[in-house]
Amino acid sequence: MAKEKEFEPNIIAFLCNWCSYAGSDLAGTSRIKYPPNVRSIRVMCSGRVDTSFILSALKEGADGVLIAGCHPGDCHYQTGNYKTKRRTLLLKKLMDQLGIDEKRVRFEYVSASEGQKFADVVTEFVDELKKLGPCTLKKEVK
Amino acid sequence: MNKKIGVFICHCGENIASKVDVKKLSEYAETLDDVVVSKTYKYICSEAGATLIKDTIKKYKLDAVVTASCSPRMHETTFRGIIKDGGLNPFNLEIANIREQCSWIHDDPKIATEKAKKILKGAVAKARLLESLEPPKVKVIPKAMVIGGGIAGIQSALDLAEDGHQVYLVEKTPSIGGRMAQLDKTFPTLDCSGCILTPKMKEVFSHPNIELITYAEVSNVDGTIGNYKVTVNKKARYVQLDKCKGCGDCAEACRLHDRIISEFDMGMGKRSAIYIPYAQAVPPKYTIDKDTCLMLTKGKCGSGPLCVEACPEKCIDFNQQDTIVDINVGVIVVATGYDVLDPSALHEYSYRTSEDVITSMEMERLINSAGPTDGKIVCPSNAEKPKSVTYVLCVGSRDETACSWCCRIGCMSALKQIYLLNEKLGDDVELNICYTDIRSFGKGYEEFYRKIRGMNVNLFRGRPSEVRNSEKGLIIDIFDTITNKLFEITSDLVVLVPALVPREDTETFSRILRISQSADGFLLEAHPKLRPMDTFTSGIFIAGSCQGPKDIQDSVAHASGAASRAANILSKKEYETEPYISVVDEDLCSGCATCISICPYDAIELEKQKDDTTIAKVNETLCMGCGACVVACPSGAMQQRGFNDKQLLAMIHAYAKEED
Repeated sequence: MAKEKEFEPNIIAFLCNWCSYAGSDLAGTSRIKYPPNVRSIRVMCSGRVDTSFILSALKEGADGVLIAGCHPGDCHYQTGNYKTKRRTLLLKKLMDQLGIDEKRVRFEYVSASEGQKFADVVTEFVDELKKLGPCTLKKEVK
Repeated sequence: MNKKIGVFICHCGENIASKVDVKKLSEYAETLDDVVVSKTYKYICSEAGATLIKDTIKKYKLDAVVTASCSPRMHETTFRGIIKDGGLNPFNLEIANIREQCSWIHDDPKIATEKAKKILKGAVAKARLLESLEPPKVKVIPKAMVIGGGIAGIQSALDLAEDGHQVYLVEKTPSIGGRMAQLDKTFPTLDCSGCILTPKMKEVFSHPNIELITYAEVSNVDGTIGNYKVTVNKKARYVQLDKCKGCGDCAEACRLHDRIISEFDMGMGKRSAIYIPYAQAVPPKYTIDKDTCLMLTKGKCGSGPLCVEACPEKCIDFNQQDTIVDINVGVIVVATGYDVLDPSALHEYSYRTSEDVITSMEMERLINSAGPTDGKIVCPSNAEKPKSVTYVLCVGSRDETACSWCCRIGCMSALKQIYLLNEKLGDDVELNICYTDIRSFGKGYEEFYRKIRGMNVNLFRGRPSEVRNSEKGLIIDIFDTITNKLFEITSDLVVLVPALVPREDTETFSRILRISQSADGFLLEAHPKLRPMDTFTSGIFIAGSCQGPKDIQDSVAHASGAASRAANILSKKEYETEPYISVVDEDLCSGCATCISICPYDAIELEKQKDDTTIAKVNETLCMGCGACVVACPSGAMQQRGFNDKQLLAMIHAYAKEED
């Protein structure tokens, strides 16, 4: 009997242009290996990430959403990272009510020099989502 | 009407093609909606690659181009230029980053190819919705600010001034000159540091295009490339700068004469409370140290301040206040230098517990004939000539527990000092060096090292496990990895060569400027090889050791480079900025003003319409393009060009959907 294929979570990552996208690039430039489950969307600022984007991603089939921005005080646009962090925290509170595990959404500070941190965050997130299994929101919405 | 999209997949030599099956990826690309052609090429950023892209645009009448290549942070500008030459608006470009975010992180070609397909799918999904954009043009204020008056800042300021640009040179301390002014001689040529530096300092002082602002700090930066508003806090000197002739009568008269530790002399010498850091200081003007002056700390100085009495020009003013000025410039060059690691925390070297363990910067002041001992080399504990001196290199450097990096100047500065000590102390003084590796990489450095090897100097390869006090003097325990023997060196004077570290205030300062730090804490360059003077913030450049440890020759080269990059911008009347600004859909806007409250730049205002309703209006020159207002807008009226909801949702959709 063929071995059952292991569940591979699909992660969408919103990365700010100045810190986190650069950090993710640095992971590549430093040839750090991490799981292939993440697809990144570059935004100029993490403050551009609308909560509806996060819900859309989960609704349309993503198993987890990562939002990464500059460290506190480092935002290229002063306060965009705080705005998104606040919104994400609020969303996480609502998610339980929607029946989605709040662990499926993750906000992280990743600077342009933190290639290793980016890889670690993705690795950890993949492990966690594997434990949670596929997100069923898509089926439920249908 | 559907767009015609062309996909260009780069092999990047082997960088991409060894992991991603580019042929398969290209076949997959052609199955995606609106893709009319897909091509692969060895290097699409090359001239031949550019020709391929331009010819294909014309042949297939393409509306948009997707490259599957390196990161947009690498070649976005290159590809925009290429498609512009091919007749497209440069913003009809989307980049699928399949190098940094794919081929370089996955070893398995199957996994890498599958991931590349996904990434490409998302990029094409966005490309289908791209719009032509016109970048706003900003007027460039033809002035520059250089922050930091060490050799790097001096060089940048002079280069820019010689180019005909107005320069403000802001220095934190009372005088320019920086670290180089503290040195005696420079390696490997043994030029007298002061002799080559002071003429440049004078030139800065008298240059018609340079306005020197010393004893001042940058406290805020607003604006963007072409038009920065820099807030500078000019600290009170309590001396009227225009009247002070620098005669020094005040310092001689000061009640605290020779009683305050001199920062410039690294604590090896003393000064007064009213002081000039050193004789050749520029500007040659006195400053009152408000932390020690009796008038300023206690409100009285004996029967009256003696400096006031002594000053022939009557220029001392205890009521002077800090003044804050705003200066508008087009570009900023940051040349704030480095700090020297305080070896106190490395207890094994007994820096705190023995007076005769000093740092190489302290030795520099002892060697200097204008220094506190007039150039006499003495042990600080007894003011006697040492019979033996031992150097310990890499103190904190190349050490995972302190600073992982190499300080790049330690070996050569120690070899230089050894040479000078031998010259000054004579052959009967024993000289020892404990080194990790001798790194003599620059022009003429290896030759200098060979000269030292030919002298009567003992070299031990290794790091001392301890420097300890004993009755015989200082004892250095070192295991020499060349002879595999443990040595116990007895020495009168130990000189530590500490790591170079980022300036203490780098974190706060980088935030003020909105530039980044690298993992080691120094300021981050836009690209380590190709853009070493640029930062990710357009119009802000870095020069010298603030970017990472450098010797004088490298600092000067880096600083001239930064000045040249800055001059590129100053020589333009207008500068094109990123077009990713917010725009209001007037039909949807209800004028609720939520966006106004969220905008960090006050770039949005309400505008009265003919029908008396109000709607939001974005000021294109003030908008920085963060997109926060788009998220805040309750009616979906606000959109960010280049990153609008439809485009981002299309990417989300492409990525989220299960495999086709």
